[in-house]
Amino acid sequence: MLTLTCPYCGISAEETELQAGGEAHLKRFGPGSSDTEFEAYMFARKNPKGVHFERWRHAYGCGKWFLTARDTATLQVFGTYSAQTPQPTPEIIAAIQAARPDWHPDGDAVNLQSSKG
Amino acid sequence: MTETGPFRLPQGGRLIDRAYQLPFRFDGRQLRGVQGDTLASALLASGQLMMGRSFKYHRPRGPVASGAEEPNALLGLGQGGRFEPNQRATTTPLVGGMVTTSQNAWPSLNVDIGAVNNWLYRFFPAGFYYKTFIHPRPAWKHLFEPIIRRSAGLGKAPTQADPDKYEQAYGFADLVVVGGGIAGLQAAAEAARKGGTVLVLEQTPNWGGRTPTDHADGQARIDALVAELSALSNVTLRRNTMATGLYDHGYLLAREALADHDPNAGIPRQRLWRIRAGHVLIATGALERPLSFAGNDVPGVILASAVRDFINDYAVAPGRRIVVVTNNDDAYRTALTALDAGLTVPAVIDARTVANGPLVEAVRARGVRVLIGSAIAGIKGGRGVEGVKVCAHNGSGEVTEVIEADCVAMSGGWSPVVHLWSHCGGKLNWSDSAAMFSPDPNRPPTGADGKAMASVEGAASGDLAVAGLTGAADEAAILPVWVMPVHATRKMKFKMWLDFQNDVKVSDVELAAQEGYQSVEHTKRYTTLGMATDQGKVSNINGLAVLSKALSQPIPATGTTTFRPPYTPLTLGTIAAEARGEIFQPLRKTPMHDWHQMRGAFFEPVGLWRRAYCYPAQGESHAEAVAREIRAVRGGVGMLDASTLGKIIVKGPDAGKFLDMMYTNLMSSLPVGKCRYGLMCSENGFLMDDGVVVRLSDDSFLVHTTTGGADRIHGHFEDWLQCEWWDWKVYTANVTEQWAQIAVAGPKARTLLERLGGMDLSADALPFMGCAEGELAGIPARVYRISFSGELSFEIAVPANRGRELWDKLYELGSDLGVTPYGTEAMHIMRAEKGFIMIGDETDGTVIPQDLGLGWAISKKKPDYLGKRAQERSFMTSPDRWQLVGLESVDGVMIPDGAYAVAEGANANGQRNTQGRVTSTYISPTLNKPIAMGLVHRGPSRMGEILEFTNPGGEPVKARICDPVFFDKEGTRANG
Amino acid sequence: MAEALAKISQVQGLGMIQIRANLLRSGEVIARAVDLVLPAPMLTTRQGERMLGWMSPDELILIAPQPQIAGLLAALEEALEGHHALVVDVSDMRVVFDIQGARADQALAKLCPADAANLPEAGLRRTRAAQAACGFWRHGQGFRLMGFRSVADYLRGILEGAAAPGTHLDPR
Repeated sequence: MLTLTCPYCGISAEETELQAGGEAHLKRFGPGSSDTEFEAYMFARKNPKGVHFERWRHAYGCGKWFLTARDTATLQVFGTYSAQTPQPTPEIIAAIQAARPDWHPDGDAVNLQSSKG
Repeated sequence: MTETGPFRLPQGGRLIDRAYQLPFRFDGRQLRGVQGDTLASALLASGQLMMGRSFKYHRPRGPVASGAEEPNALLGLGQGGRFEPNQRATTTPLVGGMVTTSQNAWPSLNVDIGAVNNWLYRFFPAGFYYKTFIHPRPAWKHLFEPIIRRSAGLGKAPTQADPDKYEQAYGFADLVVVGGGIAGLQAAAEAARKGGTVLVLEQTPNWGGRTPTDHADGQARIDALVAELSALSNVTLRRNTMATGLYDHGYLLAREALADHDPNAGIPRQRLWRIRAGHVLIATGALERPLSFAGNDVPGVILASAVRDFINDYAVAPGRRIVVVTNNDDAYRTALTALDAGLTVPAVIDARTVANGPLVEAVRARGVRVLIGSAIAGIKGGRGVEGVKVCAHNGSGEVTEVIEADCVAMSGGWSPVVHLWSHCGGKLNWSDSAAMFSPDPNRPPTGADGKAMASVEGAASGDLAVAGLTGAADEAAILPVWVMPVHATRKMKFKMWLDFQNDVKVSDVELAAQEGYQSVEHTKRYTTLGMATDQGKVSNINGLAVLSKALSQPIPATGTTTFRPPYTPLTLGTIAAEARGEIFQPLRKTPMHDWHQMRGAFFEPVGLWRRAYCYPAQGESHAEAVAREIRAVRGGVGMLDASTLGKIIVKGPDAGKFLDMMYTNLMSSLPVGKCRYGLMCSENGFLMDDGVVVRLSDDSFLVHTTTGGADRIHGHFEDWLQCEWWDWKVYTANVTEQWAQIAVAGPKARTLLERLGGMDLSADALPFMGCAEGELAGIPARVYRISFSGELSFEIAVPANRGRELWDKLYELGSDLGVTPYGTEAMHIMRAEKGFIMIGDETDGTVIPQDLGLGWAISKKKPDYLGKRAQERSFMTSPDRWQLVGLESVDGVMIPDGAYAVAEGANANGQRNTQGRVTSTYISPTLNKPIAMGLVHRGPSRMGEILEFTNPGGEPVKARICDPVFFDKEGTRANG
Repeated sequence: MAEALAKISQVQGLGMIQIRANLLRSGEVIARAVDLVLPAPMLTTRQGERMLGWMSPDELILIAPQPQIAGLLAALEEALEGHHALVVDVSDMRVVFDIQGARADQALAKLCPADAANLPEAGLRRTRAAQAACGFWRHGQGFRLMGFRSVADYLRGILEGAAAPGTHLDPR
C-alpha cells in the first residue's frame, strides 16, 4: 500500500485515496504533429526499474493531480510536487540524486529527443 | 472436580481453569474440556490423538505442533452457515458447545476408504498430477479424474451464507511490535519510554510466548512487563491479533479475533486491522522443525516444544512414555518437563556424538538414558506410536533396539519466523553453524523514505537463546540433521514426511531433483511442498535442505521460496467486512427512487445507480410493460426519471475555449439559453461520452454526461485543466446530484406541463433545443427542450430535494392524460427507433464519431480538439471502416444482439471472416417489427444489401441494410 | 446490553455552497462576504452554525442553515463581481450525519483511512468512508460527516454498523 503526500493539502494519503494517472511530464502532440511524434506521445511509455515520474490524483481528498518521483523497484518516494511543472524541479532532481547518485535526468532528456526524431 | 479426560494431568496447566468445564462434540461424540483449552489440548486430554487424515494418502494424523504452524490437526468447525473447514485445532480456543468434525475421512476417521492411497504411494509420486494430465489421456478422463475428484480437497466448503459479522478498522502507530513474547514486550517498553505511540500485537490470548513455559521465572518477568506497558498511555496492547502481512510503506494487516466460534457474543467475529506503521518491530519468535525419519507422521510424533506446551500450559500428557529425539540441547527441556509431570522418559535419542551441556546433564542426572550418535530408524504403530526403532545416526538404519513408547518428542532445531520480514523484501542470511535462515539486518524491507521500515528482535532475529533476556543456560551447538539416519535407504525415505499437510516426502523432493528440477520455486510447485494452508511453516527448511543435498549444493545456493502474506489464512469475511447485503456497494438512488420502488419498478444497475427499467403492472411481463410505456409516450405523455444524467458546470472566461477542446463540436459559438448535442472523444480519437451542453450565461455552461459518465468526465475535465492548460481560467463543479431531472415526453407533454403553472413553455418562448429558467408549480426549475425519444419533450431540472414533489404533481395532474412513467428500456427502444446512438451500445472504445454518421457534430473550423490528431490517422480515415446502418430483419425475426455478419472466406486462424456486427436490437412496439442497428463494412454505401448474421444454436438470420432512422425520419414530432 | 459507540443521526436543514476561486486573490473577499475568517488549509472557521471549510487550494465549502443560503449566495455573487470564481448552491446534493458519542472516532476508524482521533480541533478531512467519498469535522461530542445524497442509505448503513453496540476498538 503506497502512501504519498499530496503537495496541495499536505495529507499523507494511502493508495486507496489516490488515483494513478501513469507517466508524468508527457508533452502533448496535437494536430500538425508527425505520426512518429503522435505515436510516441500517445503510446510510448517508459517502464523503468528505478526512478520514475508519475501522475497521481488525490481523488478521495482535495481532488488535485500531483506528480511523484519514486523508485518502481524499492518504492522509495523521492518527493511529490505540483502538476503544473513541465519538467522535474531542481529540488526533486536533487532529492533523487541524494539517494541515487548514479541517476541523471539527462537520460530522460535524451529519450525525449529521440522520440521526437 | 470432574474428570476431563484420561490424559489430563492431575496438576498444573498454566492456561487452564479446571473449575469451568466446557462440553463439545467431535465427530458426534460428546467430550469435555476446560476453560483455557485449545481444541487440540481438549481432544488430547480426552485421548483423541488422531484428529484427521492427510490430504493425499489419507494417513491418520494427530497434532504435530501446538500453535499457528500446525499442519495436521485441521478440523471442520460449526454447523450450517457457520461451518468452516480447515480450522487449526491448536489455535482454536475451546468454546462450550462447539461442534467439530474431522476432515478428509470417509466414511469415518477410523475407517477411511481413501487410505488405500496410502498403499498406492508409489503410484502417487511427485508431479503425479502433471504426469497424469498428459498421458494417457483416456486414463485421466475415465480413471484418475473421477477418483481424484471424489477424494481431493482439503475439508469441505460451507454451503450456506455466513451469519457472522466482520469488520475492518484503520490503525495508526509510530511503532508496531509484532509478537508479545519477551523480546517484543522488552522492545516495546524500551520504545515507549522514548515516546511515540506503540502498538503491540500478540496472536494468542496470552502474553509471553515461550518464556513462561520454558523458564522458571518466566511468568513473573512477563507479568511485570505487561504491567509496566499497561500503565503507559502511549502503548496499546492487543491480544488475539495476528499480524498477517507487511506491505509497502509500512502497511500492516492484522486479524483480531473478537468472538471466534462464539455466535452468542453478538459482536463481530473478527476484525481486520489495516495499520499504517511508522516502523514495525518483528518479534515473532521461532518455530521448531521436525526431524525427517521414517514414520515421523504417525500420530504421537510431536514437536518437542509442543509436548512441553501441552504438559505445562494445558496439563495434558500427549503420552505416558515419551521418547525424545533431537539434534540440539533445547529438546532436553521436554524430557525434564515430562519427568516433572510424572511421565516416563525411556530415552533421549541424540544425533550428536557429543552431548554434555547443562540441560543434557540435568536429564542424565534424572536417570534417563541418553543415546548419543543415535537416530530413529522407524516407528512401530500406525494410528499411534507403539515403539521407537533405534539405529546409529551415521548409518543406514540397522535397528539396534526397539524402545516401547507412546509418544515421540522430536526437535530438528529452530527456524526464526521471518515471514513479515520477507513479505516486503527483507533478505535473509543462512548460517551453517546455527542451521537457520535469519534476517540480514543490512538488507531490511525499506519504506517510503528508503530506510528500513522493519527491524527484528529476539528469536526471530536468529538469537534463539534470546540472549540476556531469558537468562537461558548456554546450549551446545546444534548438529544439522536433514535426513535421519544419514544414509537412510530409499524405502525409509518413502516414509519420511517433509510437508505433512500436502503429503510431500523426502523421496518426492529427491525425485524432483533427479528429474531435473533445480529451482526451489519449481520444485515447490512440482511436489506441492509448502503449498498447503500452513504454507510449509514446519516443512520449508527441511525440504530446502533435502533439495540442496540432492543437488549437491549448499543451502543458500538453492535459496528460499518467497514468503507471501497472509501468515495464516484470513477468512473471506474479514476481507469483505461490512460490504455485504444492502451495503455491499454504495448504491446510488435518485430523489424519486422510493416512488419507483413503491410502484414495483424493476431496477437495472447503471454504474452504481439503480434506474427503473420498467414499471410492470400486475401480471405484466417486462416486455409487455416496456411496450405499453412506449405506446403511452408516443400516443400521449410519459415521464422518465433522468436525474442520473451527469451535470457539470464549466465556468470562466475560458470556458468556451475549454469546451471546444473537450468536444468535437464548436461549443464556444453556442448562444446563451441554447442547447447543443455534443460528442466527446479521448485523445486517441474514440468516442467516450455524449450529451447536451447548455449555455447558461456568457461565461458558464452546463454539461450533461451519460449516467455512468459524470465522475469520469468531471475527472477528465479536471485532468486537462490541472495538468495541461492550467493557465486557462476555468472552474468546474460536478453538480449531478444537486438536481432532480424529469423528462416529460409525448404529444401531450406541453399540455401536462402547462397545468403545473408558472413559466411559459410555448413553442415561441421555448423552442426546440432551447433552455429556460423559471418556476413550475412553485418550484424553481430549469427546462430544456431536448428529446431523446423523438417526441415533443421537456427535461425539467429542479433542486433534488423537490424532485419527488414535482414527480408526484406531474403524475397527479396528468392522470386524465394517461401520463405513464417509463423506464430505461422504453427510453432505449425509442431512441433506437429514432436512430440515436447510445454510448456503450454503438460505441465500445474502438468507434469514432465518423463511424456513426456523426460527422456533422465534428467541427471543421477548429484547429484542435481532443481526438482530432488521432482521427487523422490513415486507419481512421479509411473508407473500409465498419459504419453505422440500420438493419431490417428479412424474415421478421429479431437479430441476436452482438451477432456478427459473416463474409466470404476465412482468416489466418481459419475463422470465418466477418463484415459487421449488431450493436442494438429490439422489437419496436411502435412499428411492430424487429429493428436493429449495427456497424457494417462500408455500410452506408451498401443500402438494400442483405447480410447473414450468426445465430448461435439456430439458423443464421438475414437482414437488409437500411437507414438507421426507423421512425419519424423528418423529425417533425419533436418540434411540436 | 453494550452501548453503541456513537449515535448516528441525519442532520436536516443545512445548506451548502461550493466556492471555487483563487484563494490567494479572492479568499479574503469571500471570507468577508460571509462574515467568517478564511480557513487555513485543511481547517475550518466557524461562527455559530456557519462554517467555512478549506476543500482544496482553490475551493471552499460554506455550510450554514438553509434559510441563510439564498442571502449568502447573493452576497458572494456580489462580492466576487469581477473575480474569476464559481459559486454554486450544492445544498441538495449532500447529506450530513452526526456521529455523536464518546467513541465516535472509533466508528470513523472502521470506515475511513484517516486518523480521526487525531484530527485537529478545527480540522476538515476529506477521505472515503468505506466505498463512498466523504468529509468530516469535529462537532459536539463527536463528528459531523458529509457525503453525497444518492448514497445516503449506504452512508447510514455503514455508520450504524460501525457504531454498533459492543464493537468498540479498545483492547480486549
